[in-house]
Amino acid sequence: MEAIDPNVYRLAIFVLAIFVGYYVVWSVTPALHTPLMSVTNAVSSVIIVGALLAAAAPMVEEGGLARWAGLAAVVLASVNIFGGFLVTQRMLAMYRKKERPAAPAKSEGGE
Amino acid sequence: MSPNIAAILYLAAGIFFILALRGLSSPETSRRGNYFGMAGMAIAIGVTLILAGASGMTLVLIIAGIAVGGTIGAVIARRIPMTAMPQLVAAFHSLVGMSAVLVAAAALYRPEAFGIATAGGGLKGLSLFELAMGSAIGAITFTGSVVAFTKLQGLVSGAPVVFKGQHWLNLGMGVAIAVFVVFLVASGGEAKTAFWILTLIAFVLGVTLIIPIGGADMPVVISMLNSYSGWAAAALGFTLENTALLITGALVGSSGAILSYIMCKGMNRSFISVILGGFGGESAGPADGGPQGMVKQGSAEDAAFILKNARKVIIVPGYGMAVAQAQHALKEMADAMKAEGVDVAYAIHPVAGRMPGHMNVLLAEAQVPYDEVFELEDINSEFSNADVAFVIGANDVTNPAAKEDPQSPIFGMPVLEVWKAGTVFFIKRSLGSGYAGIDNSLFFRDNTMMLLGDAKKMTESIVKSMH
Repeated sequence: MEAIDPNVYRLAIFVLAIFVGYYVVWSVTPALHTPLMSVTNAVSSVIIVGALLAAAAPMVEEGGLARWAGLAAVVLASVNIFGGFLVTQRMLAMYRKKERPAAPAKSEGGE
Repeated sequence: MSPNIAAILYLAAGIFFILALRGLSSPETSRRGNYFGMAGMAIAIGVTLILAGASGMTLVLIIAGIAVGGTIGAVIARRIPMTAMPQLVAAFHSLVGMSAVLVAAAALYRPEAFGIATAGGGLKGLSLFELAMGSAIGAITFTGSVVAFTKLQGLVSGAPVVFKGQHWLNLGMGVAIAVFVVFLVASGGEAKTAFWILTLIAFVLGVTLIIPIGGADMPVVISMLNSYSGWAAAALGFTLENTALLITGALVGSSGAILSYIMCKGMNRSFISVILGGFGGESAGPADGGPQGMVKQGSAEDAAFILKNARKVIIVPGYGMAVAQAQHALKEMADAMKAEGVDVAYAIHPVAGRMPGHMNVLLAEAQVPYDEVFELEDINSEFSNADVAFVIGANDVTNPAAKEDPQSPIFGMPVLEVWKAGTVFFIKRSLGSGYAGIDNSLFFRDNTMMLLGDAKKMTESIVKSMH
């Protein structure tokens, strides 16, 4: 029998991750749908891994384009990563329970 | 670092991202979830930097790039008003889209930098297909998000832009993209022009796909673009053979798709009809002929008296509340009522804001405890027990026509059944129609009292009258 193409394994990971995403996202409380969007936005900037590899490509005579494209993508993705996580954090910090409004914030700071 | 260890660390990053989303199942666990997300990102970036082996000037440039982007992002995150979250998210989506295009281009020109080059230094057909898809979806996400941003920011009118043959044009462009993808793959990656042409077409397609969609459907559009940005990332995850990207792309893609579905259901619109667009433009003014029937108007004093003496009050906030910046005055009003022993709850319609969950964030910002805020299906049965329903800045989501009038364009849409409450207060600037351009018969009911005026000023004068 022939060996299985690694792409098939990748497809398997992808399909399973879609299922994980499906169940995890349905379990998100509707009150947090806006933070969900901002955090998915931040994590999708993991595309920066591609940008970093391109930006760090060894210098060659005609390879300038890839390096600059990579560097530009590093900047764009960084805006997203920092902006996305921080704005999510800012939003989540606002969600308070009924009783003592200060208490949950404090226990959070201790982590 | 051995590629195997790197792959395992990328997997770990992907799992951290899953945990980040899982944390959002409740506000208590959400903050920790966000830290998981950050940890996952730190791992992914760290591993990649080591793998890439950048040094010297290149490393300096990269660090500078991260610092510049990071600073811009951090400043925006700190300053952005919560009412502007939809625009911000749209803008962020556009960045993911653009990054995808850039990374795809880089992979096409320098496959060896990603370790995906064939022996001859070219690319496999499959890789070419994947990166072309990544670039096309990324390009659509980019321009689509830019259009969504300009609409949400009010830079252009939210009205749908429709022209004859629009859907055929879009279809044609879709086919053209497919043709150039085939061309690129067939050429073994030599036909770089094909790559740029298909990307260019996708940029145009992003615009023509989003312009026909009206302002009222924006929550669906943002969710949809969220989904697209995920699929773009996933496509490149295949190209770059990177597990973290694959997992993330799948998560984000399905997340956006689910949110689109929830938003469509909230408006009782099929996804297809939203995409085809042309709805929700007539946001300006009442229909000709004016509203019919008798309207009971009340003053802030009347409202204050009735609210104070109620047992149970349900507040129904809509986007108009946020526009008027009335959420803080509203919180004060709720506090004054609670001091009088009134039971106060908030009812949120799924499409109450301009994006999924927007209203919840705005209320949280005004320090409304989240356990006083309820979703439509959890609170709709409560209206019949409530003495007062207090509608502020919402309209269409309370329209009884959705239940009673099969002729209405919103018939079948789930609505908050405020009319079942003893008294309905309705704060509104004028008796005009709502965002969907539909008259609301609620205004003319016997148990409805209209409080005409600016939401913030009216709420403030109610608070004053309570003391």
